[in-house]
Amino acid sequence: MANFKVVGKPIRRFDALSKAVGATVFADDFKMPGMLHGKVLRSPYPSARIVRIDPSRARALPGVVCVLTAADIGYAKMVADIPGQTGQRERRGSETPVLAWDRVRYKGEAVALVAAETEEIAERALDLIDVEYEPLPGVFDPLEAMKPGAPVVFEPDNIVARWRIRKGDIEAGFAAADLIIENTYRVPFVEHAYMEPESGVAWVDERGVINIRVSTQVMEHFRTVARTIGVPQNRVRIQGAFAGGGFGGKEDITVEVFLALLALHTRRPVRLAYTREESILAHSKRHPYIMRYRTGVKRNGRITALQAELIADSGAYPYLSPYVSLYSTVMATGPYRIDNVWVDTVAVATNNPFTSAFRGFGGPQPCFAYERQMDEIARALGLDPLEVRRINYLRTGDTTATGQVVHSAVLLEESARRALEALGERTPDRGPIRVGRGFASYFQSYGRLMWLHDTSQAWVGLELDGTVVIRCGAPDPGGGQLSSLCQIASEVLGVPLENVVAYTPDTALTPLAGTTTATRQLYMSGNAVLQAATAIRKTLLERASRYFEEDPDDLDLADGRVFVKNDPDRSMPLADLVRICAAEGLPLSHLAMFKAPFRDPIDPETGQGDVFPDFTFGTFAVEVAVDTETGQVEVLKSVACHDVGRAINPAAVIGQIQGGSHQGLGYALMENLIVENGEIKTPSLSEYLIPTSVDYPTTQVILLESGTGVGPFGAKGIGEPALTPVAPAVANAVVDAIGVPINELPITPERVLRALR
Amino acid sequence: MQPKLITLTINGRTHQVALKPNVTLLHALRDLGYTDVKNGCEKGDCGACAVLLNGRAVNSCLVLAWQADGAEITTAAGLGTVDRPHPIQEALADSGGVQCGFCIPGIVVSAKALLDRNPNPTEEEIREAISGNLCRCTGYTLIVEGIRRIIESKNQ
Repeated sequence: MANFKVVGKPIRRFDALSKAVGATVFADDFKMPGMLHGKVLRSPYPSARIVRIDPSRARALPGVVCVLTAADIGYAKMVADIPGQTGQRERRGSETPVLAWDRVRYKGEAVALVAAETEEIAERALDLIDVEYEPLPGVFDPLEAMKPGAPVVFEPDNIVARWRIRKGDIEAGFAAADLIIENTYRVPFVEHAYMEPESGVAWVDERGVINIRVSTQVMEHFRTVARTIGVPQNRVRIQGAFAGGGFGGKEDITVEVFLALLALHTRRPVRLAYTREESILAHSKRHPYIMRYRTGVKRNGRITALQAELIADSGAYPYLSPYVSLYSTVMATGPYRIDNVWVDTVAVATNNPFTSAFRGFGGPQPCFAYERQMDEIARALGLDPLEVRRINYLRTGDTTATGQVVHSAVLLEESARRALEALGERTPDRGPIRVGRGFASYFQSYGRLMWLHDTSQAWVGLELDGTVVIRCGAPDPGGGQLSSLCQIASEVLGVPLENVVAYTPDTALTPLAGTTTATRQLYMSGNAVLQAATAIRKTLLERASRYFEEDPDDLDLADGRVFVKNDPDRSMPLADLVRICAAEGLPLSHLAMFKAPFRDPIDPETGQGDVFPDFTFGTFAVEVAVDTETGQVEVLKSVACHDVGRAINPAAVIGQIQGGSHQGLGYALMENLIVENGEIKTPSLSEYLIPTSVDYPTTQVILLESGTGVGPFGAKGIGEPALTPVAPAVANAVVDAIGVPINELPITPERVLRALR
Repeated sequence: MQPKLITLTINGRTHQVALKPNVTLLHALRDLGYTDVKNGCEKGDCGACAVLLNGRAVNSCLVLAWQADGAEITTAAGLGTVDRPHPIQEALADSGGVQCGFCIPGIVVSAKALLDRNPNPTEEEIREAISGNLCRCTGYTLIVEGIRRIIESKNQ
């Protein structure tokens, strides 16, 4: 299949036009007859004891159908651990109350639910629920939270997770160094700010099954919903609407459990849609980190030792902090060959908004630190930043800090060279405007932790007219996941792309395909569709070989026909072949399960072991102009060069990279969720600023296609990696421009001016 | 205050609805089934609810339904359908400018308002015209590219 006909072409996604004409039915666009409107009462305090909850006045309000407090739902708790196909994992302490009853631990924690005939009545009912709080001292800084005597968010202490890497001999490594570079880096809370706030509709059907049509990245949450509300797992069905963005913020449960409870208690359809402010209050954030780095280097820039201490603010509940902090640990060194590594990571509970998954999942934070550190090494040694990286870059066959051998291509040097070249001629300084250039290289996993035993299933079937149906439970939050699956089936079965349909995920109708997280969906479900389509192709070609009296290998499928490769006039429409197969009872559909490699967990003492199926590598380069009088940073040019393995749909890949680059530029320069004493001070999109169309120029994208990834046709993953190197590249460019280090994000004008003083 | 009967002409269809004074045009439209008008923030920050009000692009969350009494309203769905898309819609789908798509109906409306008053905008003018429409997926480049292509194909 060397010459692709459909794969590798920048096709129009099948969902694009429907979205452009406004015909796509998003989660909050769906109505049911007799539908009620839900609302959530949330804690106004970041840390308080609940003395009393009295919903009686709310219940008495005409039009209110149901008010639920913890007492009405059996003080239900929800396991907020990592969802997966091989069963819910249950880390100790990973439960969160569905509705708080004795204590609230962050501002915005849910306390009661209302369902009413109109949204307005539901909102009024919230004001009538009497809750008496007794404020408690809170802890809002992870460093404070680790001190003895600090308020304890959870018993026994505020430590949510610890990870470590011990590789080689760290003392010997530093002893061998000519120079030791030591810096502390800080990154802030970040808000996902997907354009579609969390929303959904739920109802109990004639079978007694709770249906939840929702905007989510994770279909498998039906299991958590069932367990949390105490019904069997086969009594909860999730229908995944096209989601209006996710970026990790719709990886944890959002409205699902609330919807299920209200539908179950009212036996009526219920809608729940968060306002923007509620969305910002209610869902997770990217982890702020404090990162202390100590790197030993030889005079030529070769690294002899790296010691890193990473402190993550986990916020008020663990959610995915243990895993995010593990990712940070595994990727703490960057894509470099370092024999002596010592990493200590700790995720700490505070009364801040809880933190969890966000594009990159703990990868971008250490990338900021390790790539700033590389430039500081170059500055200290008077070397070229590319030279310092070049002699340390990982190569195929090398081992990462956890001892995992990298088998795929590592095109780091090429990506850096190409990205820097593409920046072109340097823009000259103009008076107080100083121009600087920087770049950052990275590695980022795609696919989940191998000890989660990740699988994806896809069903592919041919209809009698030669058209194709794909049933695959992969949520599509905008990346074009489903469209890419169609391209793969079209390629393998030789069916025109317009004759392939992929359903949106529905746990009742589509086989479970796992989460749209961890840059895994093309890798996992792409491979599952590839397997299923290949099995059908085999059946078709074997039957056709008897018809044509030719070897199956000498036949091919393309453009809706089967034909003899070296005599293409000997052919027949695929539909005819399908009918022959059907008449003989040959299987024309196939359910495939793709299994990622399974490995044991890493050694907790040393962090050694194989962690991820593979990694994506690349470089982001940027030129900035810094106004040294105002501190304003302007992005002049930027280039993203990534080895994507194989671009199944180059238009989608370029879109992912440009979008990820933009999010990264926002992270670098603009986005700052200000949290003071547990309170979000930027709770709207006019206070929490994300990039607009006039803030940054186009990022030029250079695609490298090594064909060595573990995805279909050698694809690697690009969803998360696109963002990872952007912020450190910008920081390095600003430092290049002004000559003094900046080690904290975002790089606001105030921060630049402070650095210059 | 009591509901008042108002007349809204939406995508060429006339609706008479009794609405209270505090109902925004956004809610009125969505309740009438025009769900292509998206609710992204209800504060005029994101532009997902943009519609043409007597030919002018507005954030429908910042307009009270009463203020639109008697007005002509056009939403993205009123500009084209899957079978007969507006050239802007076609171009955005082709350019790869549509990812999650939640912001796109609002962007279609802003682009239409721009091209109506300036058929030959520069890239800078396109970017300015959609600067009130937040998009978190694309980085805007392929959206701008899509709008640019319409102008180029018209000028050929």
